Amino acid sequence: MSLAQIREHARGRLERLGNAVTSHVWRLGFASRFLFYTMLHSGTALRRFRLTVAEIYFAGVLSLIIIMVSGLFVGMVLALQGYDTLQRFGASESLGVLVALSLVRELGPVVAGLLFASRAGSAITAEIGLMKATEQISAMEMMAVDPIARVVAPRFWGGVISMPLLAALFSALGIFGGYLVGVQLIGVDAGAFWSQMQAAVDLRNDILNGVIKSVVFGVAVTWIAVFEGYDAVPTAEGVSRATTRTVVTSSLAILALDFVLTALMFTGGKSA
Amino acid sequence: MNRATIDLWVGIFVVIGIGALLFLALKVGNLATFSGGETYNVQGRFVNIGGLKVRAPIKSAGVVVGRVADIRFDNETYEALVSMNLDQHYQFPRDSTAKILTSGILGEQYIGLEAGGDGVMLKNGDRVRLTQSAVVLENLISQFLFNKAAEGKDEKK
Repeated sequence: MSLAQIREHARGRLERLGNAVTSHVWRLGFASRFLFYTMLHSGTALRRFRLTVAEIYFAGVLSLIIIMVSGLFVGMVLALQGYDTLQRFGASESLGVLVALSLVRELGPVVAGLLFASRAGSAITAEIGLMKATEQISAMEMMAVDPIARVVAPRFWGGVISMPLLAALFSALGIFGGYLVGVQLIGVDAGAFWSQMQAAVDLRNDILNGVIKSVVFGVAVTWIAVFEGYDAVPTAEGVSRATTRTVVTSSLAILALDFVLTALMFTGGKSA
Repeated sequence: MNRATIDLWVGIFVVIGIGALLFLALKVGNLATFSGGETYNVQGRFVNIGGLKVRAPIKSAGVVVGRVADIRFDNETYEALVSMNLDQHYQFPRDSTAKILTSGILGEQYIGLEAGGDGVMLKNGDRVRLTQSAVVLENLISQFLFNKAAEGKDEKK
């Protein structure tokens, strides 16, 4: 290979790398503008609240079963595993604390967020993407109906409203599952289970922060879902890719945001 | 699926969602104790507070009667100044003793309040004069070793 060829080759590589970076940054900028525009045109979604209610049904009510069942099982597993470790130190009465704190602070918002992304986020992307592929979005624009106000905003708000409720349900059922296994099955004292939990779980530091986390995850997941749907290449393959991207991106976003939020909430505030 | 059914289900969803939040707040987080109750404030000076933290419980006879409101360092006496909020329902004699205790071996530290015999009760802004500092494990061990060494010397004689 001559020097010129090598140079040509290297330049091609660099150009592709540059293109990849620029296109990602471009997409991020577009997504931010899209979120801003969605917020700006949320008036219809909130005034004609029935549109949003229908989306809460699709995003929230239909996710109920999976969220509740997984919450129950996660709580039951936590109680089993936690008991196994705690009883070695003679601290099996702290089982309630362990189950409640891990659910309220971390597992509730995060696992409910991941389930919500794969259950509801993917459905939102596929629906909007398919609307775009079958030119329903263009048809709306033809009829002077703003597709963002009519299609995107209700789905966005439906997801944002559903997510904290689902996370709270997940945590509550998880604690109930922990109670079932810990108290009913293993035989930890019920009084100690609840009272130690109540002494250790703080309303503002633990529960409110968990709710804030779930709101943030709700915004992130639905934002990614509606954006990927709206931005999908309007073909069968494009929609399928967009749906996959929604699940992957929003799962990563949840985990990364969780780290940032935990660092902000539970390290700085704890020492003060 | 018609509108009424959707509305019904969304209603059920919102109700059980809010129910779960209330369950977390009331049953798990225990909003009820010591949030809006009337309290009065007393101060105490301790030579060493060990690992006591703000919001640690104050117990008398094992019952929680208040919470630690503030911990400061007094730069003149080189002591810790602990401010305690006690529930208005519970009155304590002026010569009560405040001890820093530990729940269990690895547990959290709390203040144990032992009632005295004085007829005058503690008022808002009073100071608890009799205090006992936290037991520092290192001091305890060194004392124990010192005593052991002293015993050994006696036996040799």
